Amino acid sequence: MMTFIWVSLILVVLSMIGIMFRVFRGPSVPDRLIALDGIGVMLISAIALISILFDTAFFIDVILLIAIMSFIGTVSFSKFIEKGEIIERDRNR
Amino acid sequence: MTVIANILIVTSILVGLIFTFVTMIGILRLPDVYTRAHAASKSATLGVLSILLGVFFHFWLKEDHFSISLLLGIVFLFITSPIGGHLMGRAAYMSGVKPTDLTVGDDLKEAVNEAREQNMKRLKD
Repeated sequence: MMTFIWVSLILVVLSMIGIMFRVFRGPSVPDRLIALDGIGVMLISAIALISILFDTAFFIDVILLIAIMSFIGTVSFSKFIEKGEIIERDRNR
Repeated sequence: MTVIANILIVTSILVGLIFTFVTMIGILRLPDVYTRAHAASKSATLGVLSILLGVFFHFWLKEDHFSISLLLGIVFLFITSPIGGHLMGRAAYMSGVKPTDLTVGDDLKEAVNEAREQNMKRLKD
């Protein structure tokens, strides 16, 4: 069982490295954004597998934290790409 | 009982691994931003959902720890990951990234032009 978890953790880390290739040479900025979002999602599954390996349930809360931070990062980056600013002060509304 | 638990855990994690690998291949091989966003938002969501379900079964059936926060994480990812994919695709379209030559139709173009004309008319008044 532990061998299977180790092998699956190694496969998840390998796919993270493969996506890192797209981060380095993506032709445009949204390409890199999409690849970084994929890396965040795979980091969540890697931490879930690590919490089986270390035999503790304290890493489960880290999963929620990383999911929330990754979603906020994705929303703010895409808004920055779309408009050029993240927090806008539009007083004439 | 232990055998059934092991079969459940191994099947869930294996399905998740397959979808994670499909995500990597899609992001590396597809020709366009929009198709890459499609691969990254859908199959990565299903892969991480399946892996988290396997971990949930492990903690529930083998260590008697029913973790609510893991279920909450599954629901949160299932809601927010397609929203992130949609936002990234819209940001790519608005910032002017061209689709490939293989793309057949572009339905968003008419709506964007119409909204731009209405905005100009409102600014004139």
